[in-house]
Amino acid sequence: MRNLIVFLARHYFFLLFLLLQSIALILVIQHNYFQHAAAVSASNAVTGSMMETRDEVTQYFGLRDQNIQLAEQNAILMGKLETAYLNYDTTSFSVEDTTHRLRYSYIAAQVIDNTVSLRNNYIVLNRGRLQGVEPDMGVITPGGIVGIVREVSDNFCVVMSLLHKDSKVSASVKKDGTFGQLNWEWPDYRYGVMVDLPTHSKIAKGDTLVTSGLGDAFPSGIPVGTVMDFEKKAGDKTYTCRVLYTTDFRKLQHVYIVRDLMRPEIDQLKEKAGVKNAE
Amino acid sequence: MRHGIRFVGLVLVQGLILKNLEAGYLINPFLYVLFILSLPFELPAWIGLLLAFALGFFVDIFYGTMGMHMAACTMMGWARPAILKFMNPRDGYEFGMQPTIQDMGRMWFISYAAILIFVHHFILFYLEIFSFREVWLTFVRVLVSTSATLLLVIITQFLFYRKREPA
Repeated sequence: MRNLIVFLARHYFFLLFLLLQSIALILVIQHNYFQHAAAVSASNAVTGSMMETRDEVTQYFGLRDQNIQLAEQNAILMGKLETAYLNYDTTSFSVEDTTHRLRYSYIAAQVIDNTVSLRNNYIVLNRGRLQGVEPDMGVITPGGIVGIVREVSDNFCVVMSLLHKDSKVSASVKKDGTFGQLNWEWPDYRYGVMVDLPTHSKIAKGDTLVTSGLGDAFPSGIPVGTVMDFEKKAGDKTYTCRVLYTTDFRKLQHVYIVRDLMRPEIDQLKEKAGVKNAE
Repeated sequence: MRHGIRFVGLVLVQGLILKNLEAGYLINPFLYVLFILSLPFELPAWIGLLLAFALGFFVDIFYGTMGMHMAACTMMGWARPAILKFMNPRDGYEFGMQPTIQDMGRMWFISYAAILIFVHHFILFYLEIFSFREVWLTFVRVLVSTSATLLLVIITQFLFYRKREPA
């Protein structure tokens, strides 16, 4: 017993170090294996509101670019107004439209914190549970996609950016619909890499990639990037493409969170199918 | 008290400003380690270790990376006493001296800071990738960021620390 006390007294510093270091490492490992335990802390109210204050100041620096973007988006939307269409069929206005049902609605949000130069980047938005945001919703800009909501608090949410080592998005070649999986090509925030694209795809340099609509987060047809380069690696049966993202991650300010109104129905259906499979 | 203000100040500067200073993927300066560097010599080692742990915790909250900065800072807090001992001037540390450029001289401070910052960044970046891919690029990142942090630490020292008047 005395020896133990002597031992403890002599090595208390090293033991304390071991204790603290193991706490830290356990936290790191938990963080890595349970993505959902991830950025909880970043979405907490204290840092959230501090980041929001900081953002109120820094927002002004990007106003010019943001205005241009919003104007472009306005132009697109105006093109979709009823007044922009020539009305051929005067009877159609009275027909109740049951073939087109609203599937997605969008929640506008402000980026209050964003990084692009870390290995795993997260984005914090100023919308949360009270505004209808839920985990696994997609986040887009008018010109491209941004990431997927990971963690939600009352008024903020943390988004796993496309610039993350676990970011995987299903993207398809716009002209022929073949699809592959888009990952981030670390370390450059402008480029991604698409793998598993079948070789019968008629892909060419400069082709546009859009979201495929597979997976739950994004509607199909949203631009993702353009093909810079593609190759078939020796021994592979698929193409690997280098992709330039359409989203400029350094200039993110206004984004939209995608709410899939039919999500509950799909989830329910999947659950049912899952149960049947198990039998 | 002075250290308390420095603690809060450095955490805020790191979490709200430096984090969003996008100077490229290679350069991620972590100025907040200056707090550990400038702890007084006579502070018991275990208090320094606990303070480093706490510092890492608060920075982690801002970065949303639970544990990584804690681990890196704890390692740094553990290495510091050993390095201080190793770099001991011939007649020991004088009472009231601070580990600053002004008190300890340029050579001493730069090597002291460089070693500790390297330890911190090494742990941090390798925990961040958490795998054995990208080993070399990450090493370059460690070296470049270490230099960037060191430069910031030195500039901050010249800006904020005054030479102690001889009593």
